[in-house]
Amino acid sequence: MTVTVEDALTRWQPVVGMETHVELGTRSKMFCGCATEFGAEPNQQTCPVCLGLPGSLPVANEAAIRYTILIGLALNCSIASWCRFARKNYFYPDMPKNYQISQYDEPLCVDGWLDVQLGGEVHRIGIERVHLEEDTGKSLHVGGATGRIHGADFSLVDYNRAGIPLVEIVTRPDITSAALARAYVTELRDLVRAVGASDVKMEEGSLRCDVNVSLRPIDASALGTRAEVKNVNSLRSVERAVRHEIGRQATRLEAGERIVQETRHFHEDTGTTTSGRSKEEAQDYRYFPEPDLVPIAPDPAWVEELRASLPELPAARRQRLTAELGLSDADQLAMNNAGVLDLVLAAVEAGAPAADARNWWLGDLLARSNAADVDPAELGITPAQVARVCALVADGTLTATMAKDVFAGILETGDDPDTVVATKGLRQVSDVGALGTAVDDAIAALPDVAQKIRDGKVAAVGALVGAVMKSTRGQANAGVVKELVLQRLGVAPE
Amino acid sequence: MTDLTRLTAVEVARVVRDGEASAVDVAQAHLDRIAAVDDRVHAFLHVDTEGALAAARAVDEQRAAGEPLGPLAGVPLALKDVFTTRGVPTTCGSKILEGWRPPYDATVTRRLKDAGIVILGKTNMDEFAMGSSTENSAYGPTRNPWDLDRIPGGSGGGSSASLAAFMAPLAIGTDTGGSIRQPAAVTGTVGAKPTYGGVSRYGLVALASSLDQGGPCARTVLDAALLHEVIAGHDPLDSTSIDTPVPAVADAARRADVAGMRVGVVREFAGDGYQSGVQQRFTEAVDLLASLGADVVEVSCPHFDYALAAYYLILPSECSSNLARFDAMRFGLRVGDDGTRSAEEVMSLTRDDGFGDEVKRRIILGTYALSSGYYDAYYGQAQKVRTLITDDFTAAFERCDVLVSPTTPTTAFRIGERVDDPLAMYLADLCTIPSNLSGGAAMSVPCGLAPEDGLPVGLQVMAPALADDRMYRVAAAFEAAFAERSGAILEGVPAL
Repeated sequence: MTVTVEDALTRWQPVVGMETHVELGTRSKMFCGCATEFGAEPNQQTCPVCLGLPGSLPVANEAAIRYTILIGLALNCSIASWCRFARKNYFYPDMPKNYQISQYDEPLCVDGWLDVQLGGEVHRIGIERVHLEEDTGKSLHVGGATGRIHGADFSLVDYNRAGIPLVEIVTRPDITSAALARAYVTELRDLVRAVGASDVKMEEGSLRCDVNVSLRPIDASALGTRAEVKNVNSLRSVERAVRHEIGRQATRLEAGERIVQETRHFHEDTGTTTSGRSKEEAQDYRYFPEPDLVPIAPDPAWVEELRASLPELPAARRQRLTAELGLSDADQLAMNNAGVLDLVLAAVEAGAPAADARNWWLGDLLARSNAADVDPAELGITPAQVARVCALVADGTLTATMAKDVFAGILETGDDPDTVVATKGLRQVSDVGALGTAVDDAIAALPDVAQKIRDGKVAAVGALVGAVMKSTRGQANAGVVKELVLQRLGVAPE
Repeated sequence: MTDLTRLTAVEVARVVRDGEASAVDVAQAHLDRIAAVDDRVHAFLHVDTEGALAAARAVDEQRAAGEPLGPLAGVPLALKDVFTTRGVPTTCGSKILEGWRPPYDATVTRRLKDAGIVILGKTNMDEFAMGSSTENSAYGPTRNPWDLDRIPGGSGGGSSASLAAFMAPLAIGTDTGGSIRQPAAVTGTVGAKPTYGGVSRYGLVALASSLDQGGPCARTVLDAALLHEVIAGHDPLDSTSIDTPVPAVADAARRADVAGMRVGVVREFAGDGYQSGVQQRFTEAVDLLASLGADVVEVSCPHFDYALAAYYLILPSECSSNLARFDAMRFGLRVGDDGTRSAEEVMSLTRDDGFGDEVKRRIILGTYALSSGYYDAYYGQAQKVRTLITDDFTAAFERCDVLVSPTTPTTAFRIGERVDDPLAMYLADLCTIPSNLSGGAAMSVPCGLAPEDGLPVGLQVMAPALADDRMYRVAAAFEAAFAERSGAILEGVPAL
């Protein structure tokens, strides 16, 4: 029997810990001077060091160390006064030296936390460690049906990515739901961006999550056996992967089976996970201190300088801006949970009134995002476009109904709002002369309604306005129409 | 006319500078000597005739243009095949690197070239510098010019043999546990291991990163010191390279006096396993130093007894990781890639075929020592011993300026004698390993021939880290006094 997630959650408490890798935004690689730009021709950004040629030696990138400390400080971590790199030994063709320079028992940052807002509550997620390491190359398996190594005709390796600095952020198992897992990664992404350590382009694979999921019976304290889902690379996938694991593990457990401690792969297309290599046959990484590098001993004064240089972090910025804009806490929460808060703030920065920006992003645009099953930020409407549409409504060019059509037009054509307005002929008619005939026609067509209004039932004016709107295909200025109707019928406006 | 191959490096440089011979003449004389004798010695794995003559021509052109020449410009040199040389084969004595032409120069290689030194070729060595006899080379052993049936020491046997056979006045070696000093001792030449971090390791194919150190080999202490100054100094490409001025070793070698210096004799380096002739020459050497005005004291370094054991945990651990990159994927040998096998199988077949027995032995040892559950008992414990050995040195150097010992317990043994007994082979480095573990400087200078076999004996002089100049001063003083009393040792080497 397959147990659904909702059903499982009535009996099982999910326990989730995350390991998140973020490529740092340094210009050069972690241990050599090669460029880090994305999208270069394969193997063009390489040298003896990042190819692991015999005799080559690593030299640590100071900017990467600085970024890692900034992230650690933003995550409320202690910064080690002395720590070392370590070698993680295992054989794989895309790893040039067949060991990865990483950190093991002496990470650069330890014992911090990140506060994550979800559903009206703040969840404090413990951060176990933040450490620095180098990325591997990329294998491309050619031929075969799946693009995976099994069944491939041959494999190619691109070492451009080898040696790009990666920071790994490891949480404690404090995450209690799929939604919180997603909210954590969102918050972490925004924080890393805010401190300037990376621009975090998830579509380029610059943020990758390994998600550890286990279940324990509700009210039990002992942790269950966990499975580690590797390489979950989007916010939505994080949530889907956790949900899938909750269902899968509950199904197994309730059938009396054991959860195998193993690595699992997440499949974007199906939203499911499948077994990778099991931890039982996993590698012994034979960590030992990297003898080619001297220890890192950040000067405490320098660390304090970095702490003082930290910019306003995303949570504080949200608090401040929403307060400044006169938006309520409830609004802030709603926008944050919907993933539109930054979009609203950006629209405001681009000139939109706060209330209008809020209404669009939480209303029509959020509905469109949900319908398209994408994050609002990826919908295809920019905050600047929202601001422009708001301006067109404010100056009377567009009605609210027309504004919706403009957004639809932007999504259809990719054009800017003014172009959509022009090509669709979406322009509100306010000219009294031009509307007069339509008003007269409406009064003539609905004599009963006209009479009611003359008799003092002014509220009935809506029916006549509606008729005019209909006959002008929504382009009439409803306010002007109403005034005209009342004027023609000899009734004073309320 | 003078035989250019019998000159010291200082003399060669002067001859070139004064125009008595061109650098090309000097290079050609050495290339001719190699052609004449190296089929018997086998010091070279690769002779770079074209490159050597081109470098020599460049020096001659520089001189003709009136440009200043460096102190060793035009002097030929034999480079251990463990340093990368752009476009020139670099094998590390291993089959797994057969035919590999690196795309870059080691920092040492570049500094030699910049100094106008003429690199004759690449010298033979134990595979990946693992050995004390050069018998572990995949390309066959090097023979000791003193007795072609004997080993020239190792791992840098090729470099030292090239000096003793007058194929080059200068050579470069690397010393992880004695691979410069022990070959120097058994070939009657001079070899120095600088302070760890004194010479860049960039482009030195790693055996054990925390122990490896490149250094100079020569026939005189002053030649070695001048070469030391060419290759030493901070390198931003090696983060373990020391960022302080290079000790003035050539000045120290020229000063060459020991009056008032405190010389410590390490009590632990004597007794069982030490050949009597080695003991005898060492004792005479200490007496000679005393006669020159040195204060001789006996010191004890009790933890040196554990040095060999600690070394054979740390070295294999590091080398098991360092040698992981030889995987057939990007360079070197590839075995079994017939389109049906997985990358893992090809790696495995290549490593099985490409590595020799001693390399496999140490990779297996190191893999085991680093394994989860064994790390603390082996690698971790060895690191503690390393600290204790460093403490022994620190205590000893509070009482002495330098320490002395025999460089190696015996003279050159016979080829084949120890190949089946790794432990016996490892004992050749008993006296040299402690200074690798501590990171201090140490060198070997000839101190006579053992009476029982007529083979060279080396005197090891050890100095604290960053005090390399002290050992050159003592070694040069000893060298001068010894030559005055008994003549230069290499005058006795067979003509071949």
